[in-house]
Amino acid sequence: MTTVPWLTILAVVPLAGALVVALLPKGADLLAKRVALAFSLLVLAGTVFLALQFSADATTQFQFAEQHDWIPAFGVSYAVGVDGIALVLIALSAVLVPIVMIAGWHEADNAVGSVKGYFALLLALEACIVWVFSATDLFLFYVFFEVMLIPMYFLIGRYGGPRRQYAAVKFLLYSLLGGLLMLAAIIGLYVVSAQMTGTGTFDYATLVGLDIDPGTQKLLFLGVFFAFAVKAPMVPVHTWLPDAAGEATPGSAVLLVGVLDKVGTFGMLRYCLPIFPDAAAFYAPVIIAIAVVGIIYGALLAIGQSDLKRLIAYTSVSHFGFIVLGIFAFTSQAQSGSALYMVNHGFSTAALFLIAGFLISRRGSTLIDDFGGVAKVAPVMAGLFLIAGLSSLALPGLSTFVSEFLVLVGTFTRYPVAAGVATLGIILAAVYILWMYQRTMTGEPGDEVRSKVTEIKGREVLAIAPVVALIIALGFVPQVVLNVVNPAVERNMVTVGVTDPPPQVAVAIEGGSK
Amino acid sequence: MNGLIALVPIPTPNMDLGQIAPLEIVFGAALISVLVEAFVRREGRRRVQLVLVFASLIAAVAALVGLAGTRTLTAQASVAVDGPALFMQGTVLLLAIVGALLIAERSIDPAGDAFAPRASALPGGREERELTAAGWSQTEVWPLFLFCVGGMLLFPASNDLLTMFVALEVLSLPLYLLAGLARRRRLLSQEASLKYFLLGAFSSAFFLFGTAMLYGFAGTFSLGGIADALSGNAGDNGLVMLGVALLAVGLLFKVAAVPFHQWTPDVYQGAPTPITAFMATCVKVAAFGALLRVMYVALGGVRWDWQPMLWIIAIITMLVGVIVAIAQTDIKRMLAYSSIAHAGFILLGVIAVSEAGIASTMFYLAAYGFATLGAFAVVSLVRDSSGEATHLSQWAGLGKRSPVVAGIFTLFLLAFAGIPLTSGFTSKFAVFSAAIAGGATPVVIVAVFASVISAFFYARIIVLMFFAEPAEEGPRVVLPSAFTALALAIGVAVTVLLGVLPQPLLNLAQQAGIFLR
Repeated sequence: MTTVPWLTILAVVPLAGALVVALLPKGADLLAKRVALAFSLLVLAGTVFLALQFSADATTQFQFAEQHDWIPAFGVSYAVGVDGIALVLIALSAVLVPIVMIAGWHEADNAVGSVKGYFALLLALEACIVWVFSATDLFLFYVFFEVMLIPMYFLIGRYGGPRRQYAAVKFLLYSLLGGLLMLAAIIGLYVVSAQMTGTGTFDYATLVGLDIDPGTQKLLFLGVFFAFAVKAPMVPVHTWLPDAAGEATPGSAVLLVGVLDKVGTFGMLRYCLPIFPDAAAFYAPVIIAIAVVGIIYGALLAIGQSDLKRLIAYTSVSHFGFIVLGIFAFTSQAQSGSALYMVNHGFSTAALFLIAGFLISRRGSTLIDDFGGVAKVAPVMAGLFLIAGLSSLALPGLSTFVSEFLVLVGTFTRYPVAAGVATLGIILAAVYILWMYQRTMTGEPGDEVRSKVTEIKGREVLAIAPVVALIIALGFVPQVVLNVVNPAVERNMVTVGVTDPPPQVAVAIEGGSK
Repeated sequence: MNGLIALVPIPTPNMDLGQIAPLEIVFGAALISVLVEAFVRREGRRRVQLVLVFASLIAAVAALVGLAGTRTLTAQASVAVDGPALFMQGTVLLLAIVGALLIAERSIDPAGDAFAPRASALPGGREERELTAAGWSQTEVWPLFLFCVGGMLLFPASNDLLTMFVALEVLSLPLYLLAGLARRRRLLSQEASLKYFLLGAFSSAFFLFGTAMLYGFAGTFSLGGIADALSGNAGDNGLVMLGVALLAVGLLFKVAAVPFHQWTPDVYQGAPTPITAFMATCVKVAAFGALLRVMYVALGGVRWDWQPMLWIIAIITMLVGVIVAIAQTDIKRMLAYSSIAHAGFILLGVIAVSEAGIASTMFYLAAYGFATLGAFAVVSLVRDSSGEATHLSQWAGLGKRSPVVAGIFTLFLLAFAGIPLTSGFTSKFAVFSAAIAGGATPVVIVAVFASVISAFFYARIIVLMFFAEPAEEGPRVVLPSAFTALALAIGVAVTVLLGVLPQPLLNLAQQAGIFLR
């Protein structure tokens, strides 16, 4: 281990970048964009550096750990560290932020807010993301869980579409409702920890070690889980997502759906299960049922959408159903699958949103019916859109297939019915993706499409190419991510105190998945 | 006759002058300030008054620091010098210094300061116009202000109900006057003053009546004596309950808890904005200080009787505050209802009935005070030709016109909403955890929902300022002088500091410990 506070540096760099960009003079838009991009690339480089130093089979749970007293009066410390899951999610955002900047180079040019403001907010958001995933103190996690809302709120409200004010407020209020219930629960947890150990604490390891009375667990679990369910988002508290993602710029939508929402599922895996194992087991059947409903309901609504971005948002509701399903199936395959799914979903959604953004900015409309025949005028873009779509419907060979498969087999060993129903989601996914592709890309192009929609340009290719490359690469070698994630999942399973059901089945499935 | 007098020895008053030095300094300065009004020439008055006010307030802070750690009863046991009293007094003094900066501001309004040139002149009349044109200003606000601060210092330190009543009157009477002195919209201001006076007098009567009841029961005004009487006589409680209820009405009126909050929006709206800022912060601190002392010291023994009542009052205060705030279209009225809601949140610390409850209440008051002062300072800067532009619609697009001021206001709003890394979050956390540890979890759950509702109207203002295009002919942000700028800077600094590094103040609040009897 090293004594250099790498994680803090990784979070402070984008924050410093945000300040620098915000303080640039008013007219220097191009400079602001370049400086912001440089900072985001610096973060990416730092993340790669960290990832190379990360050892997958370390004995300690958290690496690059730091700990300092922060507010001793509340038992709060500034403690950060990453396990495999946190690391891959930080890496996901480190990759996506520069891509979003390049893809959305002109997104803020005509908005209410200033251009430099947009890029500064993106960097500020990235700083919050690094902290929220690397916090190992529940209070610190909560602080950034909430603070993260503010840059996103401004990104939607100042740079979004026509109904941005409504969408931004709805996003903020839903998230705050969840967040404040969680606050009540974590204060409750703090009081419980004070009663059990003598001094209240928010330290993750201590909280996990507490053997809380099951009745109390059930209450506290509900508060915390609700916040994550809103964030994730799960049906029926998902309604803010289509509005927020639909009104946000494509770049903000990528970060919102691709990274921010992962905090919800990450939180379930990191906090809900290990701290409240009894309650998690108690509620698991209900949560699995809700997750399955979410898979089907999200998919059905996606099919019914007429707006491109809202459609993609609803596909995510369906996909988040899969992730939650995997987490609460309590098998190692399913949880590894969910962790991998979080990364893969980030990339496939990013590709979909960004290409949809290119289309929308050219055509000047978000309605699917206004497109048609794009493949004729912009074949490369259509091809990339198809790859992104196929990745979203989990075509074998693309990254999401592996994760969806792992989730389903992992769930099947414990909840065969739920897994069976969830499988229907895959069929529905084929419907919404292929039908959307058919309606936007195939056929004869109309006059508007012919005159306005042009082929994808150099800058846009630069943004999309890495995402598509990652989607394909992770489809063939998911082991890169799984190797990092698996030890964390194994440890989680041990902490929760569950083992995989009948070994012979598990062996058979492991053979099948490799 | 002579023999009779000789039979009753007059005890030497137990009065260590050093232990009430802050009070002496402020009241002394207030008296000198009256003399200044009488004897110093008009042109020089403002300068002399400003020097006097700031020098005395700073000296009082210094005296207070010198008293740190003292725990004693003084002035015939009528004044307590203990941790909570010193903390509250320190908070009042620091807030008063920042408030005085706002009151001293003279360059925002083209006509001068925020006060009418002569209170007795007919609003809109010839005299008023002439005085305004001649540049008159009313320096009488300063003695009033100092007496008020003095009352606020005594209120949370009073150790018997009669002293407390005197302090209540000393702090209230100048406020009634100050509320009526606005330069702009004078009728509104005078109406506010009258309402405040009538309702305030009414609540003082309640307080006095409650005092009488408790005296009737215990035979003493002293808080400790009442506690002793209660512990010795748990059976017959009719007189006590009546006394507690009446006393609570008087105190809850001052903290603006529902259903004794009716005056708040009108007075906050009508009073000159610097006075509103001063009132919204210092009165709350002093009144909560007194409420805590009465409830914990005198009535701690019957907590099971008053705690449920305060539970209910906290709940309805939070809910009424946040729900009615949604419907407001005037920024000062909105802040008034928000302050009502915050009174409800602060009550969570009171109902915890624990040391953590005292500490968290005091922390909340300090944090909330500085953010509120800052917020009202911003309100005083956004103006059009007729004075402050307080209608919400006029704030549309402010973020585009004056990003810095709008950004500062956003910070205060986020603090009010309790977003982490601002003082508002730390203080909410403190009172919530004290209340949960004190067994008031249901009230905390209500508080959580109230916080979400409050976030709605705070967010709505951010939406207006940043997400909407500026209106044509909208108000402009006036560049303030160093006074308001300094007040704003202090507000911002404290709000951020107590959010990021709250430990020193939390330590101080925790070390303050419990009340002395």
